[in-house]
Amino acid sequence: MTDTTTPPGTAVREHGSAAPRPSAPVRPRRRTRARATAGSGRMAALLVSPTLLVLTIVVLYPTLMALHESLYGPKGLDPSTGFIRTTEPFVGLHNYAGILGAAGQRFWNAFWNTTFFTVVTVGLETVIGVVMALIMHQAFRGRALVRAGILVPWAVPTAISGLLWRWVFNSNGIANAILGRQILWTTEGFHAKVAVVVAEVWKTAPFIGLLVLAGLQVIPKEVYEAARIDGASALRRFWHVTLPLVKPALLVAVLFRCLDALRMFDLPYILVGAQKNSVETLSMLAQNEASNVRFGPASAYAVILFLYVLLIALAFVRLLGADLVGDRDGGKANRRSLRGILAPRRTEVAA
Amino acid sequence: MTRTANVRTRLLYLGVAAVVAYCLAPFYWMLVSSLRRTSDIFDTSPLPSPVSFENYRAVFDPSQGFTRALLNSLLVAGVTTALALLLATFTAYAMARLEFRFKRLILTLIIATSMFPVVSIVVPLLKLFTDIGWINTYQAMIVPSMSFALPLAVWNLTTFFRQMPDELEHAAMIDGCTRGQAFRKVIIPLAAPGIFTTAIITFIAAWNEFLIALSMTNKSAMQTAPVAISKFAGATQFETPFGSQMAAGVLVTVPLVVMVLLFQRRIVAGLTAGAAK
Repeated sequence: MTDTTTPPGTAVREHGSAAPRPSAPVRPRRRTRARATAGSGRMAALLVSPTLLVLTIVVLYPTLMALHESLYGPKGLDPSTGFIRTTEPFVGLHNYAGILGAAGQRFWNAFWNTTFFTVVTVGLETVIGVVMALIMHQAFRGRALVRAGILVPWAVPTAISGLLWRWVFNSNGIANAILGRQILWTTEGFHAKVAVVVAEVWKTAPFIGLLVLAGLQVIPKEVYEAARIDGASALRRFWHVTLPLVKPALLVAVLFRCLDALRMFDLPYILVGAQKNSVETLSMLAQNEASNVRFGPASAYAVILFLYVLLIALAFVRLLGADLVGDRDGGKANRRSLRGILAPRRTEVAA
Repeated sequence: MTRTANVRTRLLYLGVAAVVAYCLAPFYWMLVSSLRRTSDIFDTSPLPSPVSFENYRAVFDPSQGFTRALLNSLLVAGVTTALALLLATFTAYAMARLEFRFKRLILTLIIATSMFPVVSIVVPLLKLFTDIGWINTYQAMIVPSMSFALPLAVWNLTTFFRQMPDELEHAAMIDGCTRGQAFRKVIIPLAAPGIFTTAIITFIAAWNEFLIALSMTNKSAMQTAPVAISKFAGATQFETPFGSQMAAGVLVTVPLVVMVLLFQRRIVAGLTAGAAK
């Protein structure tokens, strides 16, 4: 943020710390503001840089390493000398050509599995989550109980939920007992996809429900009353009042769920197993290649997954206007004033 | 009128019951199964009869090394949480209170990092850690875990600090505190609940991590609990020990569930703070 958009409050606040001279109040405001920004800029740099440094080491550097690695081949015999090489040869886009060409079938299978899981699970979660939120929003008695219950799937580690559902979907398990069928859920086939989708939706739909509920609770009652007086039916009130007002909260939730689903690993890995065509995702493919010491192709898969995630995130922010940080400048003044009105309600949400 | 209201209330209770059943039934099934004997593990009655702690004894059998795995998990998740919180508190304060160039860009980048596919950093780091002999060490799990723990903590704390009124600091600074003193003596104590909530949320995320722990270890003594449970061995090679897996699953999950139930109000506030603007 540049100093021109500094809210007046900051400049005022800075007087206290910047040892104000008697002449300070009569100075032109612009200079005061510039000085204040310079001071807090140094302090901000001091406070923010450790985090940026750590993230550079644990995220940026490995990403660049993966990009670099994806362009190199395995050490092996050097055809010109006949000796085993000590360094990895540069192979250009050979790894990418390999995974898209020779191993293309496995890659595209994993790519479509990842996309299928993302679209289907996020779609189902959104619908179930919104329904849950609407129910919780209506219920006054027992709301604490519901809210406690809804956090349980969120708290269960994904790896444990994989084992739990593996047990539920056992050939002699409770799922088959209820359905009266003998489906081998955890073997190759479409039913394995179904098992993964059910387990994933169970764990994450309540989370969307929670976020949507928070969005619902900040909608003023008057809006609904007005709609009701105008004669809008319950369905129309939901479609034309609730949904548009919940949209920002829902968009952020759906964006986060999509990006989370795109990197899905634990659940199919434990529920069905590694190297199973029906459920292999891009994350599983990359991890599998890396654990077999084929770092070149593994890095290429990792880079492709990274680009895919980036693309989806950008699409969300650009096309749908998902506001990640929650302080977009345009809506700032508006939201500031809104927050004042909504503050008591927010405490209510927390209480 | 009364009648429709009555139907409405009943439908609502039905809905509430459905939501609770949806969330708790699978967890309940894990609990029930863990309390069955191995001989009647495939029983489908809703209550275990007789109740048996056989599976729990099997979990703590020294050959499974589960106690060690729990300690490993506690250490990795604990250190990750502590480091992330330490760094995040300062950064979040700057994000919420100071005005500086590129603030929005930096915050967006930090948050975007948390949505990063973990496998994209695990692959290169696996190679790096193999080269420098870090495989089967705690730091090999803690360092990559910072990639999701730190952004999560920064984001949560930023929303908490933003909710605190500016006037508190103004008052402290007018009373002669420097900004640093105001932060230490006014903001930190008042933000303690927010910091605590962030700690719980970060800890749960680190405790549930699987991919990093799986990739960076190959010795059972260094595995974290989720990895160890997924590799539990049965009596024979072809028998999956579902009973002890469920028991271990309950043991790993119950502390989290208890924490979540005790602090549910704060956690819900923390989880929804970012989205409900």
